[in-house]
Amino acid sequence: MPTVSVKRDLLFEALGQKYTDEEFDELCFEFGLELDEITSEKEILIREQGDEKAEGASDVVLYKIDVPANRYDLLCLEGLVRGLQVFKEKLEAPRYKRVSPADGGEPQRLVITEETASVRPHAVAAVLRNITFTQERYESFIELQEKLHQNICRKRTLVAIGTHDLDTISGPFTYTAKPPGEIRFKPLNQSKEYTATELMSLYKTDSHLRHYLHIIENEPLYPIIYDSNGIVLSMPPIINGDHSKISLNTKNIFIECTATDLTKAKTTLDMVVTMFSEYCEEPFTVEGAEVVYPDGRLCVYPELAYRTETLSGDFINKRVGINESAESIAQLLTRMCLRSEVSGEGDLIQVEIPPTRADVIHACDIMEDAAIAYGFNNIVRSTPRTYTIANQLPLNKLTELLRQDLAAAGFTEALTFALCSEEDIADKLRKNIAETRAVHISNPKTTEFQVARTCLLPGLLKTLAANRKMPLPLKLFEISDVVLKDETKDIGARNNRRLCAVYYNKSPGFEVIHGLLDRVMQLLDVKPGRNQGYHIQAAEDSTFFPGRCAEIFSCGKSIGHLGVLHPDVISRFELTMPCSAIDIDIEPFL
Amino acid sequence: MIFPVIVAQGDSSMADNGLLESVLRLVEKVDGGTDSQDVAADLGVDHQVIVGAVKSLQALGEVISAEQKSSRHWELTGEGREIAEQGSHEARVFNAIPDEGLPQNQLMKMPSGKVGFSKAMSNKWIRLDKAHEGGPRVFKTVEAIEDTVRDKLQLVQKGQSAKLEDKEKNELKKRKLLSEVTVKSYWITKGSSFSTTITKQETELTPEMIASGSWKEKKFKPYNFEAMGVAPDCGHLHPLMKVRTQFRQIFLEMGFTEMPTNNFIESSFWNFDSLFQPQQHPARDQHDTFFISDPALAHEFPQDYLERVKKVHSEGGYGSQGARMLYKLAQQKFTPVKYFSIDRVFRNETLDATHLAEFHQIEGVVADYGLTLGNLMGILHQFFTKLGITKLRFKPAYNPYTEPSMEVFSYHEGLKKWVEVGNSGVFRPEMLLPMGLPEGVSVIAWGLSLERPTMIKYGINNIRELVGHKVNLQMVYDSPICRLDS
Repeated sequence: MPTVSVKRDLLFEALGQKYTDEEFDELCFEFGLELDEITSEKEILIREQGDEKAEGASDVVLYKIDVPANRYDLLCLEGLVRGLQVFKEKLEAPRYKRVSPADGGEPQRLVITEETASVRPHAVAAVLRNITFTQERYESFIELQEKLHQNICRKRTLVAIGTHDLDTISGPFTYTAKPPGEIRFKPLNQSKEYTATELMSLYKTDSHLRHYLHIIENEPLYPIIYDSNGIVLSMPPIINGDHSKISLNTKNIFIECTATDLTKAKTTLDMVVTMFSEYCEEPFTVEGAEVVYPDGRLCVYPELAYRTETLSGDFINKRVGINESAESIAQLLTRMCLRSEVSGEGDLIQVEIPPTRADVIHACDIMEDAAIAYGFNNIVRSTPRTYTIANQLPLNKLTELLRQDLAAAGFTEALTFALCSEEDIADKLRKNIAETRAVHISNPKTTEFQVARTCLLPGLLKTLAANRKMPLPLKLFEISDVVLKDETKDIGARNNRRLCAVYYNKSPGFEVIHGLLDRVMQLLDVKPGRNQGYHIQAAEDSTFFPGRCAEIFSCGKSIGHLGVLHPDVISRFELTMPCSAIDIDIEPFL
Repeated sequence: MIFPVIVAQGDSSMADNGLLESVLRLVEKVDGGTDSQDVAADLGVDHQVIVGAVKSLQALGEVISAEQKSSRHWELTGEGREIAEQGSHEARVFNAIPDEGLPQNQLMKMPSGKVGFSKAMSNKWIRLDKAHEGGPRVFKTVEAIEDTVRDKLQLVQKGQSAKLEDKEKNELKKRKLLSEVTVKSYWITKGSSFSTTITKQETELTPEMIASGSWKEKKFKPYNFEAMGVAPDCGHLHPLMKVRTQFRQIFLEMGFTEMPTNNFIESSFWNFDSLFQPQQHPARDQHDTFFISDPALAHEFPQDYLERVKKVHSEGGYGSQGARMLYKLAQQKFTPVKYFSIDRVFRNETLDATHLAEFHQIEGVVADYGLTLGNLMGILHQFFTKLGITKLRFKPAYNPYTEPSMEVFSYHEGLKKWVEVGNSGVFRPEMLLPMGLPEGVSVIAWGLSLERPTMIKYGINNIRELVGHKVNLQMVYDSPICRLDS
């Protein structure tokens, strides 16, 4: 969930009202935001870098607000204020308009060459005219781009935004791709020119930019945007040129978004221009720019598309569980920036989805907004009439019953991890990993999560090791799932419910574990015997001490092993006492 | 196993029955009781011996009742005892001086010389002739003296310290001749079954006594009900599993059927695609999800469903466990269902005190025609009431596969604030329709972790003490039964 940091006083000034922290928290809650933290730059610095570094830092109160991941329109102060003001009915949602150049001149044009196809084929563009920046607005503008880059742009992989002082460059602009050695320009905030190859090594150590290098690093051609004089605007998705950088005094802004995902690029561009056209001479108007594709197709951006959905008041009432008139529902939706009116046809409501609300993709999204505006906590809570008879999963029912009786038999339940290291299930148990049928994880963060466990024994032995100071004997059990490769399953693996128990004492206590087997079989109503019953028979298993291991058969089928653990197994798990163990599959007893 | 009884300290060293009976006879004589110190004085034995006798008598039942009391009392120090016997230093100095006097250096060689000399000087019992030929010489100035220090100490020795004034006692204390000590003694009175003769007590009822009826004549040593019992030899259930059992019970009470979720390995299709999780959703990143290298690929998808899901994604986690069940449900004639599951889920996360790479997710799902958001909140209210949580409120939230989505908050009386206790929502039609569920069927669902309520319930701050092999078995042994609503 993205977090937006805004200055409290600036926020209240824009909202035209002062709130206590509690009141604002309440408003956020209602609207689906979360006032996550109240802090200041100084506090943050003190926390992160210590008192010294924080000296002289601002102690202006900052609100850190958590915004739902699909609400890109709330990622800056401007959007938050607009959303809340419309919600509180203090403001009507603005109508965003694309306009042609005021003087009747030609629109700006961005020409895409076919070389971009292999690396980053899409681009969109727009112009904000006669904008007035203040320090705060300027910071917010930069910050919004950063938030968009982190969220909808998926760390610039899908979309990268470049903003330029239009008065320093001249169109038409060319979006092309070139070998890095042939690209040479002075990047943002650097004092000299570099080739793209040099830049990639320069930014290797840049705490911010190094995260984006991988996106194009191994491409033969790097994306690059030039103006008509060959000045580099940007090398997306890495860095802009220094020449066209915007400042507090910038009046006209050229915005380009290059992308691997065109839809996301359009949304991103819409977000930037809808949020900041507020500060244009003619607020909420955006000058269109033409984008020419390699095939000659010409598109004008930003799209700023409004679309209308029609749905019935009844639909909303029935889904939410309220009983409101179509008019009042239309009013609720209007408060969510979805300008709505009753169509006059039955209880049909026409809902206009603005370009800022890319998250609205289905009637259920509209229904949710109506419910939010109505207030989730104002909805009457009612019990569904759904009549059903409950059933337990037979495997879990058996597990629950056995667990109770194993505890009654004097064994204590352990709860161990389903993921473990290869070593745990192989080397330490004196087994070969290739023979374990283990499912392997491709991207573990640590060796603790290399494989899914194929037996419960390592977990129990590790539990013993962590509790060596406890009085002996230690008697532990676990009934849980292991995972085994199984080609007959669609996912190539299946869970297997197993019962494992260990007895750890000064003497191995084979008879104790054997007695537990007898008890378990008694509980499962299986009598001792060769054919219809259960029996054990001497077996060799590398985990167990030679001559002290038996295989367990029930109704003629092997269900597991019991025995005294091999001394090497005991020491590999950092244990010092003899230990006996039983491990059986309980699924045959369903 | 016998119930623990008092093993009266000093049972062996303790006075014989003769002494006990002597004590009892003394107690019989006085009305209103007597102090163990007086008993010791009367019988001429050390007080500690009487204390032992009192304890033995107490062990016999209600023969006597003895209330412990403490009194402060003055006692001679070693030096004090010496003075009481031999006289004060100054008196000893005085008595050592013959009428013709004694050279000072000779006097000083006496054991009491130094202290006695100065004290006798200040008492004006003696004088020093510094100019005497042959060196300084000491002479008596009075004929006879009264050794009041010795007299006072002798009074204390006889137990008559009350006759001295406080000032006098304090002065002697300053001279380290007296010390004040606290004495613990007993105030002994007759008990309800007082007798001056001692009968032997039995420790336990035996089969023979029951057979012969001899128990009727016997006296039994009383039990010490203050002691702890002997811990039973038993196994224990894990606290997290106890809480899991309770959640299962709650779902079953509410008519929810348990889903088969025993497949830890799931394909990206069922885990993400079927849940309308966009292919570019952050949860699909390597960072959050464990991906399997062996076996790497799943196969055998329901082909037509796959096509429909694909269509939804292109035109238009670790989430719900329910996708497969809902799909299965949609493959038959629709009947309303309520499902639940409590099972492990996994996430590729950095571990800390409250996060592990695997945890248990509790999930409830209801599918029926015309379910409302109000229904979801109603059923959540019932569910949480069974957990003992009645104050709930809901915050709009975002999940890719539910719309509306609501975070569930409950008011925490201890923290005095609202805390998030779960997540919930109505499944998106984009997810349900491709499965083949009839239009008009809504599916509401909620989820929460099992670990969090368990940590709160059992007051555990570090999740690693609860889940995994680093568990503290003593905590498992000691954990109470789980009733979530109390």
